[in-house]
Amino acid sequence: MKRDYISSVHFYGRIWVATAIAMFLMVPMAVCLYYGVWPQWEHVLKGLLGVAPIFWTVGIIEVLTFSPMLGTGGTYLGFVTGNLTNLKVPAALNAMEAAKVKAGSEEGEVISTIAIATSSITTTLVIALGVLLLGYLQPVLQSPVLAPAFDNIMPALIGGLGVVYISKSPKIAVAPLVFMVALFLAVPSLAGSVGVLVPVGALICMGVSRILYKKGKL
Amino acid sequence: MNQPVFDVNSGFLYTLTVIVILFVLAQSVFFLLKASRRAKELGITGSVIRKTVASSALFTIAPAVAILLGVITLSQFLGLPFPWLRLSVLGALTYELPAATTTASAIGISTSQAVSSAADFAAIAWVMTLGIIPGIFLVLFGLKKIQGGLNNIRQRDTKWGNIMMDSLFMGMISAFTGLLFADIREGLSGYVPLVVALISAVIMGVCGILIKVCKIKWLEQYAMPISMLGAMAASIPVTALMGGAV
Repeated sequence: MKRDYISSVHFYGRIWVATAIAMFLMVPMAVCLYYGVWPQWEHVLKGLLGVAPIFWTVGIIEVLTFSPMLGTGGTYLGFVTGNLTNLKVPAALNAMEAAKVKAGSEEGEVISTIAIATSSITTTLVIALGVLLLGYLQPVLQSPVLAPAFDNIMPALIGGLGVVYISKSPKIAVAPLVFMVALFLAVPSLAGSVGVLVPVGALICMGVSRILYKKGKL
Repeated sequence: MNQPVFDVNSGFLYTLTVIVILFVLAQSVFFLLKASRRAKELGITGSVIRKTVASSALFTIAPAVAILLGVITLSQFLGLPFPWLRLSVLGALTYELPAATTTASAIGISTSQAVSSAADFAAIAWVMTLGIIPGIFLVLFGLKKIQGGLNNIRQRDTKWGNIMMDSLFMGMISAFTGLLFADIREGLSGYVPLVVALISAVIMGVCGILIKVCKIKWLEQYAMPISMLGAMAASIPVTALMGGAV
């Protein structure tokens, strides 16, 4: 991979991300300054204790798991714009698959970045339009008729994506699939921790792949 | 000095939201242009770039509408601008909702009506911001090192590097495939996600046949959005058929 493009993405990516962090922190700070109030820090601490242990862990795991898939530019952008598992990662995988480029190659890097940037812009515009037209859209969007469609976005997404990747590498797919299906059948309450299980699936898959690779079966 | 009266839908909160959203939009446009220029230098045709943009946009619409539903859900409690901001950046509803409700319960306020105190709103805003921030710090300070480590593995053994990458994809797909089975103990209605995923897989399979056998090349870029939207549409009658018979 040519060094100057990636180095430049790192350079600008860090500037954008550092500015984004400052802006995100600025929002609650600005609320406090503008209204001249500060929260009771005990409430903040209690709230954080409820979410931070799981979401700080998930956040760190997501960087380690998704950054190789998203590429450099895609990671700098995707982690600022959020909605990774339900949107940015599938968008990047779909775009690389359709353009027939490999994740990790420079072609994969640019296609993934284009997909994530497009997805971010589209999401921002759809939400902005939705907020502007909320009065008209709310009854339609919240109608019970459409509810099952929005409840089933993830299954609709994983079915199509799954068939592509499983058929590409069936040998390495079997073990993590069997493990995850058995795990969710045994402990359905894990549904809320699916983000933590992504690297578990990846590690099982890597372990099996390594054995098959060493035996010359891949 | 008189402090302004707090309102979850104040012009001040809308202004903050618009500033942050414009920033995120600018970052997206910057990376889109930078990657598109590099793609052309690499010999990727304009047609492939345009198709990637069109397919990604189409693919995004339905999940984006679902995010908008999340904004509506949170707006009853936090007003419109703040959930709009939060769900346009960083997190996702799966995080924002528990962060808001956990803090509300720590404060002792109900989530069924709009927050009326600026201090309570500030507490919730701090938790929603700080509760998801470490990941992005790791991106800022650690991404170069992570990518460098991966490149070393790839350079040492390209084939193993590619297999490792496929394993990461499969880790994600296997976890979410397992999730399809989480509700099946609930009875027939618990099978709905599984049936929807199967419908999506079948549509994708048909698209694959049309692309390979009938040589309908344009479908390559749109097979995924078509499968997803088709399965979402099918979920309406599927739920009607299976949902009531628990």
